[in-house]
Amino acid sequence: MASSKKNTKGIINWIDYRLPVVSFLKHSAVDYPTPRNLNYWWNFGSLAGFFLLVQIITGVILSMHYTAHVDHAFDSIEHIMRNVNHGWLIRYIHMNGASFFFIVVYIHIFRGLYYGSYKAPRELLWWLGILILLLMMATAFMGYVLPWGQMSFWGATVITNLFSAIPLIGDSITQWLWGGYSVDNPTLSRFYTLHFLLPFLIVGVVVLHIVALHTHGSNNPLGIDRKGPQDSIPFHPFYTIKDLFGLSFALTIFFAVVFFAPDFLGHPDNYIPADPLKTPAHIVPEWYFLPFYAILRAIPDKLGGVIAMFSAIFVLFLLPWLDTSKVRSATFRPIYKILFWIFLIDAIVLGWVGSKPAEGIYIIISRIATLYYFLHFLILLPLLGKFERNRPLPESIGKPVLAE
Amino acid sequence: MNLFTLSFLILSFTFSLISADKALKPEQYPFSFSKPLGKIDKNSAQRGLQVYIEVCASCHGLKHVAYRSLEGLGYNKDQINRIAAQFQIDDLPNEEGEILKREAIYSDYFVEPYENYNAAKVANNGAYPPDLSLMVKARKDGANYIRSLLLGYTDAPVGFDVGEGYYNKYMAGNVIAMPQPLYGDDVEYKDGTNASLEQEVNDLVTFLTWTSMPDLEDRRSAGLKVIFFLFIMTIVFYLSYRKIWSELKK
Ligand code: HEC
Ligand code: HEM
Repeated sequence: MASSKKNTKGIINWIDYRLPVVSFLKHSAVDYPTPRNLNYWWNFGSLAGFFLLVQIITGVILSMHYTAHVDHAFDSIEHIMRNVNHGWLIRYIHMNGASFFFIVVYIHIFRGLYYGSYKAPRELLWWLGILILLLMMATAFMGYVLPWGQMSFWGATVITNLFSAIPLIGDSITQWLWGGYSVDNPTLSRFYTLHFLLPFLIVGVVVLHIVALHTHGSNNPLGIDRKGPQDSIPFHPFYTIKDLFGLSFALTIFFAVVFFAPDFLGHPDNYIPADPLKTPAHIVPEWYFLPFYAILRAIPDKLGGVIAMFSAIFVLFLLPWLDTSKVRSATFRPIYKILFWIFLIDAIVLGWVGSKPAEGIYIIISRIATLYYFLHFLILLPLLGKFERNRPLPESIGKPVLAE
Repeated sequence: MNLFTLSFLILSFTFSLISADKALKPEQYPFSFSKPLGKIDKNSAQRGLQVYIEVCASCHGLKHVAYRSLEGLGYNKDQINRIAAQFQIDDLPNEEGEILKREAIYSDYFVEPYENYNAAKVANNGAYPPDLSLMVKARKDGANYIRSLLLGYTDAPVGFDVGEGYYNKYMAGNVIAMPQPLYGDDVEYKDGTNASLEQEVNDLVTFLTWTSMPDLEDRRSAGLKVIFFLFIMTIVFYLSYRKIWSELKK
């Protein structure tokens, strides 16, 4: 026994001397020094990575049975649901996995907003995160087209049509995207290719995201830098076990939805095969796009709406410079803390109004909420950094924790 | 603006909201499968199949359902072959290149009522009778909706023009192109159950719930085990987490 253990160790050392994978893992997932005071909101990064893996694994299995053709796509999904062994499970996991991926990533982002994780020296880390969000959105949008139901078709039609708002070249761009004169078979097959490809690009960006993270280490609830080794603990076993607990808890909720309410987050119309001649009464995108959809529709002008919608995400890239306060954590920023919660409510209101028809009072609400969204980033945050008096920062991370 | 105009505005606004969506919310009925752990009542679903075949199948298809899958409702292979044999399906081209009809068998999918989409429309005054395989999933609160719809035919209120269609307060827009398909005693149940209208409709909806979600029972029973396992695992991880972190407090 002892000698075989020694042998394995010998082989590992031999490999590691030539290709340092083992010491790399040890460095970045075992010994990796982590702030000792991270709370549960720090679980969501590893959860997001987990859901990305789930999407890739279930997606690869689905793609073995799926047919990307307008005449067969809808039927091939039903073939997966009815004839493929456990096909219904794989498909329901993929469908709801996309939703949970977004829930987790949105919480991850709001965590960053609350604790100022986008501030120096983590600007690029933040940028890579937004890039992941953009890629996720593109991936999910194209994935939703694949089952070729009514919402697939009409969602794709509405969103691709947005590009026609671009002056002069808009129509040509839209036709180029479609590969024809409407959303049709060429559109479906290219969306399928891209839907397969983009998740692997996301994996690449996630790797960069983690490299950037490990360069300066995690931020923490106090938002202050670590002063010495007493402020850190090794990632393993402390955060591996905490992440496992969080994962297990999240999976319980996830599988409760998958097994007991798998269509709760979806739209019934997507079980009706796509019909280019019959427009559904209300075309709504998946829930995770609703806040942006609300911003799009809040602006009476098509081009203006498109610009506003994209700006709503691009403004996040500027956030590290729009927020002029040097203090990271909202814990020590009494006014910012209030603004954070108002902003969160604003985002939820946008999501809610995005699911309503664009008429009457809903238009007014969506306009106020859109205005506030930009007001928050472009006016309130820059000014706040100049006027806000923050609460005194603790001297070190170790101190208040040990004092508990 | 005085109080009167204000309340008038609010009233007309609420009214416009209600009238925008004229269909009535479906009545809630406690089906065998309504509760999270409920099952499909097999006897009821078998009767529903009978109603479907004898009444609805002349207009509506069930294209995603294979006869073989009826095993899930408790039929054996012989019974299934007998059910399938009531329908004629296109055979493969014979040696002369002609396509002849043959009786459907175990491995076929439910035979479509019409040759094609246009034939279906023409036969129904221009309205296409949608495939019913996924109907329960394709409508909000599907099971209750279909039940209410089939029970919800009434005379149109005075002054309401239904055109070529029929009045139904559960249908979006309140006009449906389908004539009332069930009145009670439309079939003679093989198991002797009294074929009242409500009985027929409940059986049919149970059957259609199964065609929409043949995975329902497997899913729920697997789900129970998975959730139980995850629950225990979460507790174990939580306790280990507390144990490991307690070393830090020392
Ligand atoms: C004479 C042909 C005919 C028969 C028989 C018939 N239907 Fe229909 N059905 C139609 C047509 C046509 C429509 C389309 C109605 C419309 O779009 O207004 C329809 C629509 C429906 C709908 C969809 C309503 C909606 O929300 O769009 C359901 C559900 C339905 N039928 C169920 C049944 C059931 C169950 C039976 C058997 C009891 C049945 N039908 C028998 C012709 C028929
Ligand atoms: C970022 C990760 C991913 C996200 C967010 C995502 C999202 C989605 C969504 C929302 C759908 C529509 C589900 C439905 O309503 O039926 C879908 C379908 C699909 N996806 Fe993905 N997906 C991801 C990764 C992948 C990968 C890596 C593959 C293949 C290698 C894949 C293959 C498929 C296939 C074949 C379908 C059609 C089957 C279906 O609709 O259920 N996906 N995806």
